[in-house]
Amino acid sequence: MKAIINIGLKKGVLDSAGKAAHHTLDTVGFKDIVKDVRIGKQVVMELNCTDEETAREEATKMCEQLLANTVIEDYEIIIEA
Amino acid sequence: MKVTVLQFPGTNCEYDTKYAFEKLGAEVEILWHEETTLPADTDLVVAPGGFSYGDYLRSGALAKFAPIMDAVKEYAANGGKVLGICNGFQILTETGLLPGALKRNDNLHFISKHHHLKVINNDNAFLSELNVGEVVDIPVAHHDGNYFIDEAGLEELKANGQILLQYCDKDGVNQVLNGSVEQIAGVCNKEKNVFGLMPHPERAMETLLGCDDGVKMLQGFFK
Repeated sequence: MKAIINIGLKKGVLDSAGKAAHHTLDTVGFKDIVKDVRIGKQVVMELNCTDEETAREEATKMCEQLLANTVIEDYEIIIEA
Repeated sequence: MKVTVLQFPGTNCEYDTKYAFEKLGAEVEILWHEETTLPADTDLVVAPGGFSYGDYLRSGALAKFAPIMDAVKEYAANGGKVLGICNGFQILTETGLLPGALKRNDNLHFISKHHHLKVINNDNAFLSELNVGEVVDIPVAHHDGNYFIDEAGLEELKANGQILLQYCDKDGVNQVLNGSVEQIAGVCNKEKNVFGLMPHPERAMETLLGCDDGVKMLQGFFK
């Protein structure tokens, strides 16, 4: 199975890079369409298992222990066959 | 006084830190991260500055799983004194030995310059040689020094006297440097045996090199 993990700063934690990109998008003609920009990171991994529930459980442990800093970051896990 | 300075791949302030503590009279040992025990006579463990593991994933995130860190956690749990400077501070927050987290600087720049700091609490082993409100001039050099803690955590820091230092101007007026919550530059744990700060006192040890305010800071550990 494949796990796609999206990690980004929590709501309420200032995302300076997102803000800077938003500002630049505004100045190059996207002011009316862009409401908010958040920049994070994506971890894609191949997992040695066939069961979606196990894949999600293991990926959650990885996020809690290492991949995300839950003081400032949220994560979202997408499991694909 | 025996100081053990940790060395991870990518650490680059271990020799400055050794110099600083030796200047103050300590015996200093640099300890490679693959070791699993601390020297038995260690009085202070220092996690120095640098870019451990290339700052991959997040600054300090990979170092928390280095073989030596279990011994450091046990040492701290038994009341041993631990100091994290810059990347060392990031490692200690990632490890959970200190509250909060260090984010990318708000202006997204690497900031490298001298800056003034104000002492907020001195009833601890680190800053006991300084007075509350005293201003010191210490270099900063970091990309991820923007201290974050949620409101409940901040109230707890204040209630327990855990805020050590704030960024300020030469007159002690708070000054925004990197976006840190309340301009916090350093904190300690509730038990006051684990300390972390982004500025580099070990780079302020000689008037010949600009300033020796770091001497007053690090001397606290020798009492």
